[in-house]
Amino acid sequence: MPNFIDRRLNPKDKSLGNRQRFLGRAREELKRAVNEQIKAGKIADVDGQHAVPVPVRGTGEPSFRVAGGSGRREHVLPGNKEFSAGDRVPKPSGGSGNSDRGSAGRDETEDDFRFALSREEFLDLFFEDLELPDLVKLDLKEVVSFRPRRAGYAVTGAPTNINVGRSMRNSFGRRLALRRPKQAELDAIAAEIDALGAKPDPDPETAKRIETLRVELDKLARRRKLVGYVDPVDIRFNRFEPQPIPSANAVMFCLMDVSASMGEREKDLAKRFFVLLHLFLKRRYERTDVVFIRHTHEAREVDEETFFYSTQSGGTVVSTALGEMRRIIHERYSSSRWNIYAAQASDGDNDATDSDYCVGLLNDELIKLCQYYAYVEIIDERESHIFRSVDNGTALWRAYRLVSQKWPNFQMTRIAKPADIFPVFKQLFSRQPAK
Amino acid sequence: MKATGWQRTTSEGATRPGLLFEGSDWNFKTLSRTYDAIEAVALEDLHLDVYPNQMEIISSEQMLDAYSSIGMPLMYRHWSFGKHFVQEQQLYRKGRMGLAYELVINSDPCISYLMEENTMAMQALVTAHAAFGHNHFFKNNYLFRQWTDAAAILDYMEFAKAYIARCEEKHGLAAVEEILDAAHALMEQAVFRYRRPPRLSSLKERERIRDRLDYEERVFSDLWRTLPPSKDGRDAGDDERDAQERKKKLNLPEENLLYFLEKNSLVLEAWQREILRIVRVIAQYFYPQRQTKVMNEGCATFVHYTIMNTLFDRGRINEGAMLEILQSHSNVVFQPSFDDPRFSSLNPYALGFAMMQDIQRICTDPTSEDRDWFPDIAGNGDWRATLLDAWANHRDESFVLQYLSPALMRKFRLFVLADDAKESHYRVASIHDERGYNKIRAALARSLDVGANRPDIQVIDVDLLGDRQLRLQHTLQDGVVLVESSRDATLRHIRRLWGYDVSLVGVDQAGVMAYETSATE
Repeated sequence: MPNFIDRRLNPKDKSLGNRQRFLGRAREELKRAVNEQIKAGKIADVDGQHAVPVPVRGTGEPSFRVAGGSGRREHVLPGNKEFSAGDRVPKPSGGSGNSDRGSAGRDETEDDFRFALSREEFLDLFFEDLELPDLVKLDLKEVVSFRPRRAGYAVTGAPTNINVGRSMRNSFGRRLALRRPKQAELDAIAAEIDALGAKPDPDPETAKRIETLRVELDKLARRRKLVGYVDPVDIRFNRFEPQPIPSANAVMFCLMDVSASMGEREKDLAKRFFVLLHLFLKRRYERTDVVFIRHTHEAREVDEETFFYSTQSGGTVVSTALGEMRRIIHERYSSSRWNIYAAQASDGDNDATDSDYCVGLLNDELIKLCQYYAYVEIIDERESHIFRSVDNGTALWRAYRLVSQKWPNFQMTRIAKPADIFPVFKQLFSRQPAK
Repeated sequence: MKATGWQRTTSEGATRPGLLFEGSDWNFKTLSRTYDAIEAVALEDLHLDVYPNQMEIISSEQMLDAYSSIGMPLMYRHWSFGKHFVQEQQLYRKGRMGLAYELVINSDPCISYLMEENTMAMQALVTAHAAFGHNHFFKNNYLFRQWTDAAAILDYMEFAKAYIARCEEKHGLAAVEEILDAAHALMEQAVFRYRRPPRLSSLKERERIRDRLDYEERVFSDLWRTLPPSKDGRDAGDDERDAQERKKKLNLPEENLLYFLEKNSLVLEAWQREILRIVRVIAQYFYPQRQTKVMNEGCATFVHYTIMNTLFDRGRINEGAMLEILQSHSNVVFQPSFDDPRFSSLNPYALGFAMMQDIQRICTDPTSEDRDWFPDIAGNGDWRATLLDAWANHRDESFVLQYLSPALMRKFRLFVLADDAKESHYRVASIHDERGYNKIRAALARSLDVGANRPDIQVIDVDLLGDRQLRLQHTLQDGVVLVESSRDATLRHIRRLWGYDVSLVGVDQAGVMAYETSATE
């Protein structure tokens, strides 16, 4: 008789520690891959599982290996059909023969193996150079929050959740059904025995009666012991069901200047900015719509592809985008049913006379409709020290300063590198812990 | 249709009470009953001699886990296992790789894994294959008996895992990883091929050694270092003699690089040496398995095939189960021709199984050719004893040299292709004919000799008086060189372990230098 052991219930992620060590090892490569994916993928896709290619650099395992195409060797092969000794067979082009193919092929496949990162791992890498505070990271990574809600009864559970009323009702029913003797019955019989036994000289009939009563008492006492007052089968527990915390809908407006002055780098930064806001909104709201509005001297709602990848020639009139946003809000996203968030990215260019008009639009209408309005001005890294003071800047910047002083839910900042993005959301995130 | 078919088999089963199991579902009762029946055949019929068996039921994820830690139930943590896990998981998910039906560990008791997804017929096949075929081979083959210690390996792995975890806590992940990386790079060069390795020391003794190290660490006083060296009575001649003495003690040349570094490195600390030792012990433990792939798999396949057929003949397995067993059996022993797209190399299962069946045939029903080639076993009638003897006393190379028959070479249509990197053509050196039999046999045996095919790299000298350079020599076989990038990276790992410069010289059999390379700061 062998020793059978059922290991199926053992924890299966035995190699989780190895996986983490491997991730640490390939961190640089993975980060590069993650950044590429963010560049190429859609904003809403950031939130999920990702397969990223992992090149062997940094994860190679060297050893003294013999080189395939060198020296003299002999291969023993099966399945000879027409060869006889002394025949010459041309080598296949590429230089290596049949039996070398294995080793050469292995080197190639090692290059392009893809690694599926979990959502957590992916976000970790994404957050890395955004320099988010840890609390915010947790906040973003947290999956939809739940609140426990009472939902009926269960036969298993924690002792604290025992429902006494329901348990006792079950116990009562069971006691009735199984006819558990009551204490009063026992007492009555005991009293009768006592009464009979109290007589000074019991006649045989009384003695017999006492004997039957004793047997009866004994039987009842045993029955009482067998049928418990409360039995484990009676116990009921309050059952709780996790219920998602109700949340409403949100719409996020992405506004971006797409005139020729916005290059590859500017768009990449803008995209990270939008991604971060989108991640935040997805945490908070059950449904999040994204509207992309691009503008030059005229604005249009476009799809994501066009938004990030096509350029348009023309001047820059920011107010057209604001006007388009206002139109869309009135048409599709009434502020009574939607939480409206807006994120605007621009390099600061604007038509000379337009900035004041923008301020008017924002102050009078848009800011009141929006939960939050974030504006980033993307500047060259070399310029970043020139524009250190918040007071001077482009005409648009100076105009928006007026708005931001007036409204607490309007935030603006200049960004030159990914780490600069977060400050613009500071206020947005700092509100959350209070919730 | 399905329902009626099912009903028919059950009603049929009722008329055949001898059946061990029916249908594809298994439970522990059928597993156990089948095990007992298989054991009876294995011990009484084939006279196998096995370690006690421990069968573990695992899921496919756990099988993947076991794969990536090179099949050991306990393994220390390292990123390379994580990498292999990811790669294998991907191949498995894409369906490019099926999982092995079984995994068996050379230990006492012998542990075999059964996958829960297997049908009952497959469980029976796996039991016969692993718990009896491989188990018998592990217990009886001379390589395993002499070179590995089945009773101690699980304890040792437990110690290794705990020890490395402790080192990670104490010295940091990065420091441990650096040592493990370097040690893994040298795993190929970490076995004694000719000298017998010492037995794994007992638990108690290892405990004592570690206690002493701990004690030394505790009482370490840096003050001793500041004492001026005593000058009197020592001169240059003494130093010279000391160095000579030390070199002699180093026992050069040395083929086991990891052993040499563990014992003689100038920079490693005690815990680092212990880690090298762990990697070395594991490499040594797996060395016999690599030298007996054809025999080990052949033995297991032959055993399962024989046992299953015996059970079928005795009416203990029904036709459906037998068909399933035969189908996966023939998948395992399938050998595509060299020009088939599925061909990668000679299939050790196919070759081993065919050779063992061939031995059975030679013993019971020899031709006159067999009598010429195998006068000592042809027609002796006792194939069981002949096979038991072959399993116990051979490794792949000697097994092929001893038992590969011309009949089998013709059946496989084996031929030898000579491949010289300098020429644009392959040359067919020999084919399966009268002139070629001996040559094919020799060439195949050579290709199965793991020791001879591995690059021969040895420590030849250490200049302890000068710059302490470690000098390695690679003796080239037939002009086969190493992959350069990988070679240089490995040398850098050696340098890290040695602490000083390392050079590697490639010399061909005539003693002419082919290349020279070194790893310096």
